[in-house]
Parts: sequence; C-alpha cells; structure tokens
Amino acid sequence: MSLLEIKNLTVEFQTASGPFRAVDGVSLKVDEGEVLAIVGESGSGKSVSMLAAMGLLPWTAKVTADVLTFNGRDMQAMSDSDRRKIIGKDIAMIFQEPIASLNPCFTVGFQIEEVLRIHTDLGRKARRDRAIELFQSVGIPNPEERLGHFPHQMSGGQCQRVMIATALACNPKLLIADEPTTALDVTIQKQILDLLMKLQDEHGMGLIIITHDMGVVAETADRVIVQYKGRQIEQADVLSLFSEPKSVYTKALLAALPENATGGRLPTITEKLTDAEIFAGAVR
Amino acid sequence: MTPVLEAKNLKRDYHIPGSLLKPAKTVHAVKGVSFKVEQGKTLAIVGESGCGKSTVARMVTMIDPITSGEMLIDGRKVDIASEPLTSEMRSKVQIVFQNPYGSLNPRKKIGDILTEPLVINTKVPADERRDRAMAMLKKVGLEEKHYGRYPHMFSGGQRQRVAIARALMLNPRLLVLDEPVSALDLSVQAQVLNLLADLQDEFQLTYVFISHDLSVVRHIANDVMVMYFGEAVEYGSRDQVFEDPQHSYTKTLFAATPRVDVDAIRARVERRKRVA
Repeated sequence: MSLLEIKNLTVEFQTASGPFRAVDGVSLKVDEGEVLAIVGESGSGKSVSMLAAMGLLPWTAKVTADVLTFNGRDMQAMSDSDRRKIIGKDIAMIFQEPIASLNPCFTVGFQIEEVLRIHTDLGRKARRDRAIELFQSVGIPNPEERLGHFPHQMSGGQCQRVMIATALACNPKLLIADEPTTALDVTIQKQILDLLMKLQDEHGMGLIIITHDMGVVAETADRVIVQYKGRQIEQADVLSLFSEPKSVYTKALLAALPENATGGRLPTITEKLTDAEIFAGAVR
Repeated sequence: MTPVLEAKNLKRDYHIPGSLLKPAKTVHAVKGVSFKVEQGKTLAIVGESGCGKSTVARMVTMIDPITSGEMLIDGRKVDIASEPLTSEMRSKVQIVFQNPYGSLNPRKKIGDILTEPLVINTKVPADERRDRAMAMLKKVGLEEKHYGRYPHMFSGGQRQRVAIARALMLNPRLLVLDEPVSALDLSVQAQVLNLLADLQDEFQLTYVFISHDLSVVRHIANDVMVMYFGEAVEYGSRDQVFEDPQHSYTKTLFAATPRVDVDAIRARVERRKRVA
C-alpha cells in the first residue's frame, strides 16, 4: 500500500475572468522510504497540488480528485478536525522561505514545543528534552541556548534547520519539502540536502521534494515527476529521466541547462514549443 | 589597450554607529581586491551571501564611494568621495539588478522607464528619446507595442529584458549584472543568457557578472574571481579556476554544486541501493 496516493487531482480557482485550472489531472504515489521529486517552472502547479493534498488551500479553491488517500485513509471524506490530527504529525511540510515561515514573535523553542504540545501528550520537561534532541539531530550547535533565540537572531540556514526539526518533531511518515533550499547558498544547500537525505534514510519516511532546480533533483530523487502548467508531462525514475528523457518538454529543459551547453548559445527550445505541443508530447 | 575597468586593492568599510549600550563598529565588507576587465570580456564574481560581491558591484557602479584603493574606468581614475560624478561617467557604467519585480517602478510605463536615463543624463529631445527606446525594445526582443504598458503586464523574463534595455539606453561601456538570472526559470534563464551574449557581440560590451550559480558562470565568463569574507581567494581565467582550483573554499564551492551528469546520478542511485 502506498503512503500517499493521488489520482486525477484537479484544483480550480475562481477568478474574475472565469475559473482557472492550476492543477489538471495529476496522479502520483509515494511509498515509505521513497524520495519523489516534483519539478517544474513557476506556475506549473507543483506547490498547489501538494497544498491541495494537505487541505491547506483557501476555500476559494475547488479541489477534486478520484482518489486522495494517506496511509489508506481517504483525506477527502475526513472531517477538518480529523485532518488536523494528521497534518503536522504524520504529514509534515517544509516551506521555501525559512525566515518567513517562522513566527518572528516567538522563540524557536516555543514554536517547536508547540507542535509537540498539540500532537503528543509529553509533559513540559519531556517536550523540552525532545526539542533539544531534535535540534541536535539537525545539527544546530548549543541547542539549549538556541531554544531561547528568536528567528531573526539566526541565519537562513539555521532557520531552515529549525523548520526541519519542527517538521520532524512527531516522526512524520511523509515529509513534503517545498523548495527547501532555494533561498540558501550552495554550500548551505548541500548541507541541508545531505541532512534531509540522512534523516529520510534513518526514519525511513516518504519524502516529496518540490523544486525547480534540476541539480537538486539529480542529487536527491529516486523518482521524478515533471509538471508544466498544471499538467503532468513525464514520470520516470531519476536515472532514465536524465539519461533518456521521453517528452519533448523534458528534453528541452535539460538542453537549456548551462552545463549541457556545447556552443556559445544555449538552445531555447521551450520558446518555440507551443503548449499544445508540450501537452501532446507528455508521457504518462 | 587600456582595460575598461581596473581595480587596485579596492577596499570598502561600513561604519555602524554605536549607541548607549553598543560600541561603534566597523565592518570591512571588501578587504582589498584587484581585478581588471578588457573590452568585450566578462568577469564573473562568485561567492556566498555576505562575501562582499554586491559591495564590489556598488563601488564599480559608483553608487558607494571606495574607502581606499584605486579604480580606473576607461583609464580614468574615479573617486566619487572626492569629486562629484559627471553624467558622462555615470553613463559609462550601468547595472542590472537581480529581481526584475523590484527594480522596475510599477507606476511607470515601460517607455518612461526606458527614456528616464536619457532625461537625467543627456539633452536628447523627446522625439529622439522615443525613437531610441523603440529601437532598444526591439534589440532586447520585445515589441514596439510594449512601449505604453506597465511592468505588471510582463513576465519575469520580459521584465529582465526591460531592465537590460534600460541599462543599455546610455550606451554604457561596462554593464554590471548583479545575479541577473537567478530569479528566472530555467528556460527563461537560457533566453536571457543568450540575449546577453548577443548584445555583447553586437556592442562589444564589457560585463561584470555577479552570480552564485557556477554552471551559469562557467557558461558565460572569461575570467572568474571567487570571493570569501571580503577577500578574493581565487582569480584567474575560467579554465584555470574550474580545472585547477587552488583555494580550499573554491574546492568546497565546487563540491557543493549539484551535478546533473548521468554518471553522477548513476553512482548515487547505486550507492543508495547498496545501503538499502
């Protein structure tokens, strides 16, 4: 049984100029211990599809899916309070902007203990010990002292570690990382990705990495989904995606990477491709 | 031939005033860097956030005065702290910023954005300003009909084209590009990089290209300077730096850059299988 299973997910937003389809017929499966990367350019619906799966979209969004199950339980039929018991505990999410996603008014210690207070019945002392343990596991030096710090006192990389620690607080079965390293320097990116992969390996959890960076995909994923304008273009394991891409869009994307350039100019095939051609070339 | 830009032992300090509880402090943002760029060439400056690469850009574009050292543009010594900046010098160096969503005034039409440098720095009459802006729009791959539109009507890549067009309106000798493609999608990034290369060929432009993305740098640069905590730890031709990095920080940087070649992926997948 898959950990998360989505079939034919569609998300529509009502706009002044009629309904806008942000996600159109996305299907995916994630197993335990598997790393899935969803890659696409901005506006490809990669974040929205995951937010929809977690039920985090505002009421203006219309979400429909044939199947949307987590660990065998139907997420659509579930009541809001039941879903809130799962989110943050069994499914956790890391967002792109680490500094913006922490509350600037509270210490990081308060914010990580808050998760434990809501989802576990640990006492005050036990919560604090667990927070220290979590900070240690994500590599934050002097955890006892750091718990009392506010987000603005920490660097971007440290804040992202706090976010990861908070996400891991209840040993989630599935971790969704939405552009976890986009705002960070390459050297810090490497540390964070290594940390995510190490923790994923230790806990055997499912991991979904949402990214636009082919480099991040190459370094982390087992399986890859390529999305464009809300639709799935290609789904393949990481090696075959990079060695023999099947759809025209994936080929064009990989050709546009500066490291694959041969001459003085980069091939800009996506510029000439129409949406219809891209969708026609989709390989499910 | 005199290089377009030459910097000798360039330094920049920022003074942070103290308060009742905090003593005053001086931050040495750039601790003496030297470099030069010949006409038609590209120098890339690489480093992580806070290493002083944007401070170098501010000094080269004559936004910030230099604390000590010497900077020559077209063989002429420039020091904005001691002498006022003439519009002639101002038009020699122009800059393109990282985020095209922030660098274009949302209340101004594209036409006004493009002609503004001419209004400020030259005495070109209005109808010629308009003609030049129209011609520049075509040069950067936009159309004449875009002249009367507002920035919010454009995509990120198009906005970056507008920002590049604005920088070129004064026919500069040197263009400083501060992370010009890091806010753009992969396919758009390729288009903008190609545009920059075309413009460089056409006008013999000189670029100072600031970036943290080594794959982009390797593609576009002739020379590379790696900065770390305000110092230039590595400086040489592209092939020198990439083939044979000397400083340990440069090596760390190269090791941290994700690799997308198939062999590296195969090795990683197999390593993962063995563990599992």
